[in-house]
Formats: sequence, C-alpha cells, structure tokens
Amino acid sequence: MTIKNFYNEMKDEAGQVRPHYASYAAWLSEMPEERLAQKRAEADALFHRHGITFAVYGEGAGTERLIPFDIIPRIIPAAEWKTLESGLRQRVKALNLFIHDIYHGQEILKAGHIPPDQVLNNAQYRRVMQGVDVPRGIYAHIAGVDVVRAGAGEYYVLEDNLRVPSGVSYMMENRKMMMRLFPRLFSRYRVAPVDRYPDMLLNMLRSVAPTGVTDPTVVVLTPGAYNSAYFEHAFLAQQMGVELVEGQDMFVKDEQVFMRTTQGPQRVDVIYRRVDDDFLDPLAFRPDSVLGVPGILGAYQAGRVTLSNAIGSGVADDKSIYPYVPEMVRFYLGEEPILHNVPTYMCRKKDDLAYVLDHLAELVVKEVHGAGGYGMLVGPASSKAEVETFREVLIKYPERYIAQPTLALSACPTFVESGVAPRHIDLRPFVLSGEEIQLVAGGLTRVALRDGSLVVNSSQGGGTKDTWVLEA
Amino acid sequence: MLSRTADHLYWMARYMERAENIARILDVNHRMSMMPQSRIQEEQAWGATLRIMGLEAAFHQRYAEITPDNVLEFMIFDQDNLSSIRNCLRAARENAHAVRGTLTSELWETTNGTWLKMRDFTPEAFADAGAGEFFEWVKYRSHLSRGVTIGTMLQDEALRFIRIGTFLERADNTARILDVKYQLLLPAGEVEGGAADYYQWSALLRSVSAFEVYRKVYRDLITPARVAELLLLRVDMPRSLARCMKEVYTNLQRVRNAQSAETERQAGELEATLRFGRIDDIVRGGLHNYVIRMLARTQELGNRIADDFLVPVS
Repeated sequence: MTIKNFYNEMKDEAGQVRPHYASYAAWLSEMPEERLAQKRAEADALFHRHGITFAVYGEGAGTERLIPFDIIPRIIPAAEWKTLESGLRQRVKALNLFIHDIYHGQEILKAGHIPPDQVLNNAQYRRVMQGVDVPRGIYAHIAGVDVVRAGAGEYYVLEDNLRVPSGVSYMMENRKMMMRLFPRLFSRYRVAPVDRYPDMLLNMLRSVAPTGVTDPTVVVLTPGAYNSAYFEHAFLAQQMGVELVEGQDMFVKDEQVFMRTTQGPQRVDVIYRRVDDDFLDPLAFRPDSVLGVPGILGAYQAGRVTLSNAIGSGVADDKSIYPYVPEMVRFYLGEEPILHNVPTYMCRKKDDLAYVLDHLAELVVKEVHGAGGYGMLVGPASSKAEVETFREVLIKYPERYIAQPTLALSACPTFVESGVAPRHIDLRPFVLSGEEIQLVAGGLTRVALRDGSLVVNSSQGGGTKDTWVLEA
Repeated sequence: MLSRTADHLYWMARYMERAENIARILDVNHRMSMMPQSRIQEEQAWGATLRIMGLEAAFHQRYAEITPDNVLEFMIFDQDNLSSIRNCLRAARENAHAVRGTLTSELWETTNGTWLKMRDFTPEAFADAGAGEFFEWVKYRSHLSRGVTIGTMLQDEALRFIRIGTFLERADNTARILDVKYQLLLPAGEVEGGAADYYQWSALLRSVSAFEVYRKVYRDLITPARVAELLLLRVDMPRSLARCMKEVYTNLQRVRNAQSAETERQAGELEATLRFGRIDDIVRGGLHNYVIRMLARTQELGNRIADDFLVPVS
C-alpha cells in the first residue's frame, strides 16, 4: 500500500506524542500486551453476551457477528471539535434548506448552481414530495456525516448520510464498554459524555410532530430482527422508551396511521423509520415490499404523520450531488463552508472521465448510488488486473461512477495482531435537526483493521473505536 | 403494548417453560433407567416420554427403535424436532431477540446467554458431562430466567403476557405428564398401584418437584389418586393445573381489553372447575377423560388469547 505521509493522531512527524495523547500514551506504555489482549477478549465476550451484533447478509438467516471493537480510543481535542461542530451544523443546515428548496421553488436550480437534470432525474428525487410541506421544513432530522482528517485540523467530508444512517448505538455502547474496561482512564481525561443522545433524539422527534399534535406518539420502524442494524433499532427504541414496530404492526385508516396493540388500535404521530423510501409504502413505491405500510404515503402527504427522515431526503446525499454541497452553503447561508469537500470527478462528464481513466491507479472510484464500501475501487490498493477490470466497467457505465483522489486518511494507534500499530480511521458524528440543530460531542470512529487498508466499513472488515472529545 | 410484542413475550416464556419441562421429563426417565427394569419396561417408559409431547410419529420417522440414547438425542439436540430442548431454547431466544428492547437487559442477556451455551453444546460434551448435569443446567437456566423476569421486569402488560405464557405452557405439560404416566402405571383403570410402582410414582413427583411437597401435604403413603389430586387440584402446588389456571386467570384480568370478556370468563370457569373439583369424582369418571378435556380447554384458551391480544384480526 502506498499511503505514506498520513497524519498520525497520536504522534507528530518527529515521533513526539501529541499533547492530548500524552497521558494516554504514558498509561499505554505501562500496559503489558497480555493485559490488553485480555481486555479485548473481555470486551468481545461482553458484546456477545449483550447481543451487540450485526446480522450478516448471505450467510443464512440469523447469522450474527460482532463488529470488532478496538480498545484504544480516538481522542479529539476540544478546539478541534469546536470547528468540526460548527462545520457540521452549517453543512446540515444547508442540506436541509436544499431539500426543501428542491421540493418547492427550486431556486438553486433556477440560479444555475446545479444542473437541473442532475437533481430531477436522480433516482433519489421523489416526485411525490413536490409541494409537500413537512413540519418545520426539515427533512434530514438525523444526519450521519462521514468525515476524515487529512492533516492537522483539516477535516474533509466524505459523505452526507441523510437517509437512515446507522452506528450511533455503537458510539454509546463503545463508551459504556470503555468505562467498564478502563474506569480509571476516565479520571485522567475529561471526556465529553455521549449518553444524552437518546434524549436529544426523542425531543427532536417530538418537536417535528404533525401540527396540532400536543403529546405525540413516537415509534421506531424497523425492517425486523434479521436486519443488519436491528440491534440499533431495538436499542434506540428502548432507550427512548417508545415502541419498536414493524410494517405489519401498523395500518392506515382515513389518512391516519395506527398500530395494533393489545388494547386495540393506537394512533401513531412520528415514525423514526429505519426502512428505505423504496420499501415504505407498497402502494406508492415497491409493490413487493412487505416492510412498509400500505397507504402511509397518503397519510404523510396529508400531514397526519411525520416520517423521519423525510421521504426524498436522499436527493441531497447522493454522490452525484455531493460536489455541489459547498455551493449550497454559499447559496443558502451566504457563508464559506467550514468543512472541506473532497475534489470529485464525475465520470459522466467527458473531461472528468478522461482524467479518471488516465489516473485510475491513484484514485478512489465509487458507485454513485453505492453504499457500504461495495462496488468501489481503491486504485493504489488494487492490483493491475483489478484496475483493468474496473476500467472496462467504467467505460461502459461512466454515469454510474465518481472518482476522488485517494485521501491520506489519518491513522490512530490500534491494537492488532502485531501489537499496537497505526490504522486508518474516519468519524461519523450524528447531527439532529428539529427545533434546533444539536449533536453530542462524539461520534462513531471506524477503523480499517487491515494494514494499509482505507476501507473502514464493517462489511469490509472494519472495526470501531470509542471516540473521546475532550472538554475544554 | 404492540400485539406482536405481546406475542413474542408470550412465546418466549412458553418455549423456556417447555425446555424446562422436557428436561424434567427426560431427567425422570434417565433416573429410572438406573433402576433394574426389563427391556420392555424401559422401552415403554421412553416411549411414554415421546407420547407426552405427542412426538411418537416424528421420532419413528427418524429412528428405528426406542432406546434411551435415541430418545435423548431426539429430544435434546434434534434440529428438525421443533420441541427439542435445543430448538426450544433457540425459539425462546429468537422471540426475546425480536423484543429485546421490551425486556430488561438482564432478562435479555440471560435468555441470550442460555442459547449461546446451548448452541455450543455438542452430544459429545453431553455424553462427557452426563445427562443429569445437563438437565440440572436447563432447569437452572429456566429458574434463572423466571427469577430475573420477576426480579427486574416492570409489573406491566409485558410481565402479564410472559406470565400467561409460562402458566399455560406449564398447565399443558403437567397435564400431559400425569396422563401418560397414569395410563402407563394403571393401564386397566385400576385405582391402586402395586408396591413395585412406588419408584415410578415418586419419580413422577420428582419430575415436577413435588416429592417433598407430597410428603409435607399428605404425610402418608404415595397413592395414585393423591398424586393426581396434587398435580391437578392443589392450588398451593406451583406446578398444578389449579395453580397454573389461577395465574392465567389473574394475569388475564389485568390485561383485559374491549373484546376479551368471553376469554376471561372461560379462564375463570376453568379455574373454578379445578378449584372446586374433587379427586374422587375425577377418578370415578376416568382420569384420562378428565385430563383430555382439560387439555382441550387449555388449548382453546390459548387460541382465544391469541385472537384477542396477540394476533388481532383487524
């Protein structure tokens, strides 16, 4: 692997431990490796017993695995977080304004900042949402923005996940685990707590209830116990103290959504849905979906129920829209974006494609509609044959791909087979937008456990770490 | 509470209880097989075990003859036998998994932990550790999950449906155990058994943790009629039909809804029948017929509860 010169979260170029890692590094140096291994085994056993697992597709129903948990925390200094937080607020605010605009006046298209066909012919654009008003005009109530660090204080946004971002339960469980394994470490550091998240989430969901509903009933909608993120769905419902429902538990009558309870039908006002748009309503979208509720779109359009995130939010997190986000920040807020965007080549453009084909071995190529680290090429990490195979696909379907320079993701010390060694990481903070924009100081740090790998997705052998945002 | 949630809680409890009862039934047979007995007696006893669960036909599709090893393997490990202990513990866990947010974390972890252990348990390990130890373990895990349930769950609807599941299943199992053993030990409708059957009757009592209870209650010889009375009519006996129905009725009253009046009435009627029943009348009319009727009414009650609460039609 050719990524050199990456930013090391713990040590600077001269090999000196950075100030915010000093206390931890001292502690770590006194920790024998056997003890670390023992702690890691303890963590695995606890995660298994607690059933904190994700379901694996294609290995038979009910196959469950642990997401590997690394016991070395990723530490973010207070000042750095402050910048990051402002950047995230700004970005998510602009994204919500963009979605609202797209489904109403489309001013940004009229002003010529984004080619209209890029938006209106996008698979994530939902015509049924045109002219529909949603509470507070907010669409992406929950955003999981993936950021990476390329240098000191230099954060880049990789993806804005505005549909059903997951991972927040691991943010919380990882913290719980660290406190259990290493209680005394927490007296060395003032780590910002993350356990308020479910409270904030519930408040936010209640704040976007349909107009006129004073004491809204909130539910979490899951595709079911075999979904890969089922643990998280159950976790959030439990932490918020609301029902975890499946599509079959609900029905629509007179444009009102009800759930079937032991005491008869009960009205539902806000649905935190963890089901994709396509599966929400078999009458409106995919007719073969058994995960949704027939007629729910009608109730939604009539303003009788809130769906969170809103239908059609995906139009703003699509990889082909991503390059325009800085433009959105300028257009809607009149501000300069605080967070960087990664330069992006759109292969559907002739010039861009030519450049990409010329530099394939240096670039990361992603599917426009892909997610989860599937169907992508990391040029520098691929063999010649792999690059050539990908080239053929790219020439055949250029509109399906974008390309970006291979970012030198920062690396954080990680406890792996060979001992403690740097591994590349990213960060997914969770931004809540309701009456106000809020986020807990932290997020999910994902780590590529294989030496040199830049792919952090759990489906591709990635693990997670606890993320410590230090209090000032 | 969601109907589907109630349904999962109910079945979680039923499967855990069923696993325990199967362990109890097998344990008794296992103990009895250490007594001197003929090949015929042995086969009868293990055959009766299969009959209790209504699994004779399924067994014979898979095994040529009834031997202790075959029955044990079938009833503990068989992946195709839905009532094997392994499958019961798995089903209990799957149901718990589907509603894990409704359970306390202690209850979820207990149920999950039981399954994880069972999943990794092999017939070889079973042979190694010995049957007795395994059955003790199953009973212990069931005790534990019941204790955690009562000790940690909020006393709301969720707990009620768990309790209803537990007691309906237990009523069914106790009735079946009694019926099959009665037929085996008193084939021609006799009222008194021979002295040689003392071990059989005491084993039956032990299988429902009632041996010491019997001594305490009757302070007398073990007779079949008293055993039947204890297991059917004694409200203070935790595994008797009368106690189970009292629990079902009480819990049902606490979850009543707009359509459950008739179900509640039937549960109350069944409970009263047992509470006011006399063993002499039952024996005179034929115990087998009585138990068959009770099983049918218990099953009907279960169906009604499902219709009213768990899988509502509208």
